[in-house]
Formats: sequence, structure tokens, C-alpha cells
Amino acid sequence: MSARTEKPAVKTVINESGIEVKALYTAEDVAASGGMAMVGEPGQYPFTRGIHREMYRKQPWTMRQYAGFGNPADTNKRFKYLIANGQTGLNVAFDLPTQIGLDSDDPLAEGEIGRVGMSIDTLRDFEIAFDGIDLKKITVSLTINGAAAILIAMYLAMAEKRGYDLKDLRGTAQNDILKEFIGRGTWIFPVEPSIRLVGDTIEYCAKEAPKYTPVSVCGYHIRESGATPAQEIAYAFCIAKAYADDAIRRGLPVDEFAGRLSYNFNIFGNIFEQVTKFRAARGLWAKIMKEQYGAEKPGSMWLRMIAAGGGGGLTFEQPEVNIVRGAYYALISALSGTQTMALCSYDEAYTIPTEYSARISLRTMQLLIEEMGMTETVDPLAGSFYVETMTNEMRRKMEEIMAEVDAAGGIVKMVAEGSIQAKVSAQAYRMQRKIESGEFPKVGVNCYRNELEEEHPVEFHAYNEEDAQVQIAGLKRIRAERDNGAVTAALSRLRADAAAGSNVMPALVEAVKAYASVGEMTNELVGIFGRYKEPIRF
Amino acid sequence: MTTSQRRIRVLLGKPGLDGHDQGAKVVVRAMMDAGFEVIYTGLRQTPEQIARIALEEDVDVISLSSMAGSHLPFCRKLKPLLEADGLADKLWVIGGNLPAQDHQALRELGFKGIFPSGTKLDAITEYIRREVK
Repeated sequence: MSARTEKPAVKTVINESGIEVKALYTAEDVAASGGMAMVGEPGQYPFTRGIHREMYRKQPWTMRQYAGFGNPADTNKRFKYLIANGQTGLNVAFDLPTQIGLDSDDPLAEGEIGRVGMSIDTLRDFEIAFDGIDLKKITVSLTINGAAAILIAMYLAMAEKRGYDLKDLRGTAQNDILKEFIGRGTWIFPVEPSIRLVGDTIEYCAKEAPKYTPVSVCGYHIRESGATPAQEIAYAFCIAKAYADDAIRRGLPVDEFAGRLSYNFNIFGNIFEQVTKFRAARGLWAKIMKEQYGAEKPGSMWLRMIAAGGGGGLTFEQPEVNIVRGAYYALISALSGTQTMALCSYDEAYTIPTEYSARISLRTMQLLIEEMGMTETVDPLAGSFYVETMTNEMRRKMEEIMAEVDAAGGIVKMVAEGSIQAKVSAQAYRMQRKIESGEFPKVGVNCYRNELEEEHPVEFHAYNEEDAQVQIAGLKRIRAERDNGAVTAALSRLRADAAAGSNVMPALVEAVKAYASVGEMTNELVGIFGRYKEPIRF
Repeated sequence: MTTSQRRIRVLLGKPGLDGHDQGAKVVVRAMMDAGFEVIYTGLRQTPEQIARIALEEDVDVISLSSMAGSHLPFCRKLKPLLEADGLADKLWVIGGNLPAQDHQALRELGFKGIFPSGTKLDAITEYIRREVK
């Protein structure tokens, strides 16, 4: 039942991206795959080896575990716990009502408040959530998409109110709506106005908060939804180009915004396929920005990223083994030359992480920095026949996939009609069948199973029903105390600007400062843009 | 094995606000391959919507996929609606991220088939084929 059956010594190996892996690589393979032309030096075009010359020697990756639950006060405590344990950035989880633009007292929010992230209704909640946290030392990433424009406005307003100069404020919003239509599903508006909102945030931040990163394009969730590693990068680049094209249509010069685009990629899978994926992606993005967009500043060509998570590779079975998987995924991330790292905790197939499991993830990353020498030398795998050949082949595969998307009418069209969703879900199905048949090995799942599955050693994060009542009471209090005339005026302006096709960010900032709620602002935008209707295709 | 004239009809619903649909879509495909007719609702269904679709589509099986933890409050609202629509004799099943300590409560709410993460696809389709008379 347990052990895998013996296989012949040499069999054909095809990686997940569809590239054959040889048993031995030599200099001839490197030459045949395109040679070393795209390798270059770290910190120099095409940045395959890293976007900075000294990389981690100068500054280790930022550690930014995804965290948030209950109401803002609960989350503030968890943030402080993580910072006290050496975390160097925050990655904020919002509950589903917040993510799709519902207030806590909306009937649809019942039972969901504070469950998978923290609940946010108004600026007051952000003031509580980030109280006592130095936003200059700890950069904050907001995992928000459908309601991103609203929450970016809220974050900027909160920082400004606390006396930070927006010209220097750093931070990131996920704000990648196209991938939400493919996986993750927190969309609100139809595809076209959703892209316009992303463009509004890029345009606004380029002028008002030039060091803020308004978009983090996520291959991550597309991979989680069933994409191969090469597709993950290719689709993400197609999406990033859609946002860049929107910004350029508005007359923004590429070098004014491209340096503030960033990426979020996944780290589960075969170590060498993953590492070469990242090296290939860095060179390809630099080439796209330089050759297709005419970028001149090196920063515009940088693939800045968080290489993180790995949730899709973790298993429900034998969850403690996920601690070890997580350590290998962290190694992948370190070898990838990432700017930021985060790990899914071992218990995430069961529950949102407890303090205990979040700390294990943090310690895993700290081990690589403090004990394993992972910060000493830049791109240590460079020059390997295997790694350089596979980097070239992965890049070529990504280019092929991007060309296929273009030939099919582009990523926006494919997302709107649901064809890309159907493609990745068909792949997810095939992969699930391969796992169930044992063709794709998963330890503890289809091989090396425990004969008797003992109790899983997982402590559940407790969901506190009272948090929801506290949150709703807080919202009602704000509605009673705020200047409702100012709210109405700001919401009217928001609606007018949305209808006129103007950038809605100034109106959102005004509304946020008047303590308008997430639901109120969303409803104004829905009134103009309508709601997305999901195409169901199989 | 089965002598029924028509194919088994299954509603697969995504309850509440949860956007994780990879698993649901995989199960839809497994059910289609098993020869079932599947009505997939898409995301963000209310209890009222799921009950209405189940009634209109005259399904044999009402199945839910829940990944974000709100299965109990949702199923508590859904149960009386399904009963009011005369759907208590249909097979109710649920899959997804369902902690073991919630299984008894789900059974008491009428969910006979419970398929937590890690369940094999064929186990789901075989169960449905066996239970739908």
C-alpha cells in the first residue's frame, strides 16, 4: 500500500510546463538552447540573475506572512505579534465581505464577517488596524482586488492622517482584477470597468504616491487554479501588459509607472522548474518592457516580486509534513531571487494559521537567512548546464504561451468569455486524476500513506461570532457620528466621476476621509459600472 | 446497475461569498465524466438561489462546495428552504474544507454525504450513483 513500485532506471521525464528533462546536461545543451546571451550580470539588463547587483548581501528578502482575521483590533494584535517575531512587512488578509465591497451589516455578509481576514468598513477600521505600526519601517501589502481602488484610497488617507508624506510612502496593493476572474473570485464589476479602475489607481499613484506599488500581478492564483508554471508567468505577463496598455492609453509615459508594477508568484513544485521559471521570467519581462514598451529606466524593466505561498502543493494528509514542504518552497523562493517571501503555514488546508503555525513559517525563512548561507551569494545556481538550459527553455515556453494568447484575441477577451478559466480548470482536473491514479506522486496522498490516519495534529483557529457584532456596532456608530452631508456630497462626486470616465481616485479619497463605508462606495460604482456576470464554461 | 430512464441530475452550488472554485470545477468535470447531468451555479449563491435552482432544475442531488469556513451558517439557512420546496427527499451532499468536528452538525442538517478535502473524485461519484435510486 505504501511504497511506490520500482520504475525502470531511465524513463522520459516531462516537467509540469511540458518540457522534457534530460538525465544529463552539458555545455552543448546550453548552446543548443540559446546559449548564455540572456544571462548577463545581476543588476544589469536583462536581469536574469537578479534585479540588484548584491541582492540579499545588501538586504535579505522581506518576510511578509499573510495575516488578518476578526475585527481590526484582533488583527492589529496579530500584526504586532508577527513584527515582534521578526517579520519585516505585513500582508493583510481581508474578509470576503470587504473583498467584494459589502458592509458588515449587509445581509449577504452574515456568517462571513472576519472569517478569512479582517473586516473593514470605514477609515476608522484602518486607523485601528495599523495603530502603533511604523509604516516607514514595516511596508504593508493589501491583498485586495475587487475593492482595491477603495482600500488604496483608504490606506493613503490613513497614512496621510498619521503624518506620513505620500511622496515617500511605500506599500503594495494586490489590485490584479483580471486574475480574480480566473481564480480566487473576488470580482465585483464587469471586466472592462474593472481594468479601468486598475488604470485609475496606477495613474493616481504615479502622481500622488510615486513610491507606492498599486498593482501586484498574480500568476500565483492562476497556478493554484490549475495553470502550469510556464502558463503562470505567461498569463501574468499578458495581464500586466493589459494594465500597462491602459496606462499608456491615458498618456502616461512607460517609465513613469512601470517601475511600480510588481508580481506575485507561486513556489510549489519541482525545485529546478521553479527556480528556472523565475530566472526565465526576469529576463523575459525585462525584454518585453524594453523592446515592446520602449522602457529606458532599469527600474521599469525589473521584475519585482513576491515568490511565496505554495498552498497548492501542501496536503490535507499528514499536515506536519507540510512544514518540510514549506522549507523546500522557501529554498526555491530564496534561489529565485525574490524581493519578498511568505509561506503558507502547514495547517492551511484546515484553518487559517494560528500564531504557532505562523511562527513556524517565519522561523523557516529566518533559518535560510541566519544558518543556511542563502543570503551570501547572488544567483548561486547560475552557470549550471542544467539550470541555464532549462532557463532558456522555460523562457521560450512562456513566449509561446503568450503568442497563443495573442492569437486567441488577447487575455482580456479570453477572460471575458471564460475560455482561459475553462482551460485551467480542465488542467486542474487532469492533474487531480493524475494524483489520484498515482501517476503524479504526492507523498502522503498517493504514496507513503499512513496505514492508520491518526488524528491530525492541527489546532483550529477559533472563529469568534462576537467579532461580527462588534464590527457592525462600530459601523453603526460611525454612521451616526460622521458628517453625513459630507458623505453624500463625496458619494455624488464619485458617481459623477465614474459616469464621466474621470479618474475616480480623488473622489474615493474624499469619500474615505468623510468616513464613507466600503459598501456605500462600492454601490455608487456598481450603479454606473454594473456587476460582473460569470461565464460558465466547461 | 441503475434502471432509471434518465441520467442523474446534480446541482453543484458555490454557497456564500467564497471564491475558491478550483475544487468545485474539478468535481463538476468528474461528475460529467461519470455520466451525470451537472448544473453548476457559479460563485456567490444565496440559500434562496440554490433552493430555487434545485427546484427548477428538478435535480436528484443538491451538492455544495465550501472552502472558506461558512458552511454551517449557510446550511442552517438552506435546510428550511429546501424542505419548504419539497426537496427533503433529494440527496444533499457537501464537500470542501469541512473540519471533522463539523461533520455531525452537517449530518443533522440533512447533508448525508460529506466529502472533506482529500476525498477521491470517484468516491464522490460512486457514492452519488449508489444513493440515488
